Amino acid sequence: MTSAASTHISPELELPVDGDMVQKGPELLTLPAFPTTFPAPATSATEAAPSSAGEMADTPRDASLKQPPMPRNEKAPVDFGYVGIDSILEQMRRKAMKQGFEFNIMVVGQSGLGKSTLINTLFKSKISRKSVQPTSEERIPKTIEIKSITHDIEEKGVRMKLTVIDTPGFGDHINNENCWQPIMKFINDQYEKYLQEEVNINRKKRIPDTRVHCCLYFIPATGHSYVPRRALGLAWGHLLCGGRNMGRFWWVVQFASCTVPTSLLSGPQITADLLSNGIDVYPQKEFDEDSEDRLVNEKFREMIPFAVVGSDHEYQVNGKRILGRKTKWGTIEGNG
Amino acid sequence: QKEGPRSLTMSGHVGFESLPDQLVNRSIQQGFCFNILCVGETGIGKSTLIDTLFNTNFEDHESSHFYPHVRLKAQTYELQESNVRLKLTIVNTVGFGDQINKEESYQPIVDYIDAQFEAYLQEELKIKRSLFNYHDSRVHVCLYFISPTGHSLKTLDLLAMKSLDSKVNIIPVIAKADAISKTELQKFKIKLMSELVSNGVQIYHFPTDDETIAKINASMNGHLPFAVVGSMDEVKVGNKMVKARQYPWGVVQVENENHCDFVKLREMLICTNMEDLRDQTHTRHYELYRRRKLEEMGFMDVGPENQPLSLQETYEAKRHEFYGERQRKEEEMKQLFVQRVKEKEAILKEAEREA
Repeated sequence: MTSAASTHISPELELPVDGDMVQKGPELLTLPAFPTTFPAPATSATEAAPSSAGEMADTPRDASLKQPPMPRNEKAPVDFGYVGIDSILEQMRRKAMKQGFEFNIMVVGQSGLGKSTLINTLFKSKISRKSVQPTSEERIPKTIEIKSITHDIEEKGVRMKLTVIDTPGFGDHINNENCWQPIMKFINDQYEKYLQEEVNINRKKRIPDTRVHCCLYFIPATGHSYVPRRALGLAWGHLLCGGRNMGRFWWVVQFASCTVPTSLLSGPQITADLLSNGIDVYPQKEFDEDSEDRLVNEKFREMIPFAVVGSDHEYQVNGKRILGRKTKWGTIEGNG
Repeated sequence: QKEGPRSLTMSGHVGFESLPDQLVNRSIQQGFCFNILCVGETGIGKSTLIDTLFNTNFEDHESSHFYPHVRLKAQTYELQESNVRLKLTIVNTVGFGDQINKEESYQPIVDYIDAQFEAYLQEELKIKRSLFNYHDSRVHVCLYFISPTGHSLKTLDLLAMKSLDSKVNIIPVIAKADAISKTELQKFKIKLMSELVSNGVQIYHFPTDDETIAKINASMNGHLPFAVVGSMDEVKVGNKMVKARQYPWGVVQVENENHCDFVKLREMLICTNMEDLRDQTHTRHYELYRRRKLEEMGFMDVGPENQPLSLQETYEAKRHEFYGERQRKEEEMKQLFVQRVKEKEAILKEAEREA
């Protein structure tokens, strides 16, 4: 199938004789899609026939060419239209696998809400060591600590350096004013460190990224409206987000103690509260790139805050082994 | 408190194996950028080769031989293949090697490459910067066209390549390879490579550190420089139409590996190593330029007594110095002015008294 490759070439620039160095040519010339026929029948000769009516949008034609690209390891018969530009995706993937990824996640919330358990459930391993309850003085640190633990995990060839940043002591004291200060300082410090590295004359090839990518904020499920915790959480969130879109926040509610109807109620109310206070939650609306993105993100936004149950104990239910919490009235499955 | 990273095994499927896919999807949305610089004499086949490589007729304009200076002409095109969008910029040297006095021939090329690095550096140093949307115009690869005399490198070629090798990835190609016979070609290649090595020219070698492509890259490295033939004309061979050049004595097929190394070049340049070329440009050549430029401006990483200096501190210090200088000069001028006024007054008074 031949496709008329029509090219719009703007009038040639006359090179001036006065010694101009660089002629930035005309603006982008959009060439229609290559006839990507895999494998190519013998008649697919690419004729570059300049025609006056140019077709720039080849979408109806593209729809018929949805054949999978040829596997790279076969010595493929040389095709007419095939240049090989799309093999850059494979090259990128190879590079990404070689380099590995870094992800830093921070959990913030009062103690006892199940932060460590949730992290362990998310990553299906014992990442955070839950605080065993010795005496009460040891349980709550005097000031808020920032504890970060790094692990190397791997799945199907993809290596990731996962750092979990815990904040024991948040909101646990009698006087919780300014309990968010150490956290803000920590986040800012990471950005500062990265900036310093970036601004160096002799830079490292790959600057280690310790910036906090995501923060899970745990809201205790009181079953009532959000009011009692309001001042604490909102003041904090406001300070963090006010003016600058710094961290990215997922807001999470600890579930196990509320009945379903109440949690359904408080969810939207929490979101409304947040919005009315100007707190921008991930995925932020302004980062939506196109309509497809917006659809997916809208669904997420409806579900925020997520109501979660975490567990790392396995139970046998109906013949399957699942992670769940066992209560007198039944077992809650973590994945359900 | 930080502990060193420990290895962890997970007891089930978590799902972050899709991370490379997420990365790739985002890149597809953003599109890719690739910039090729073609250096070679007028008429040696640069435009034809690029047309053949990308299977498109980019322009039909033949350059004249009579330009007094070397100029660079850059044109940007948007190509698309399946779902990948590529912003391709081709930079051609116009008038290279045409002058009687060739001393100024390669300086414009060096200046152009530096200008692109400078533009990127400026963008990076901006306060409100948008590197994501930045149209990267840095030259990723330089195809250097060597004319097929069969003897050795010309002085101009040597000098030009020597001045470019620390700024850009150079891939030398033997142009119009159908003008040279098989045995001559072998000798020519060996001669060229030994000359490049003995003169310390660093050409680009395909990377051999990744096992999946190490073997093929290593074998290709042995075929450098590639002897290429470019053509967009089609000739009927057997029962197919192929891209070829028709001579009275036969047909040279572009995509036939026995006839020329075009397929190898395309394979290496586009299919296997495009990402590595971009990577090398950014991490090696650009970093070198940046370091030199910043050091020129007087910034250092380590101050006196080996204390690490930050860019901000140095900048502040320089600004302070500058203002101090300016202040001092202002004072000086003020003094001078006051003195002159006094002198003038004295003269006028004298004049009054006499009158």
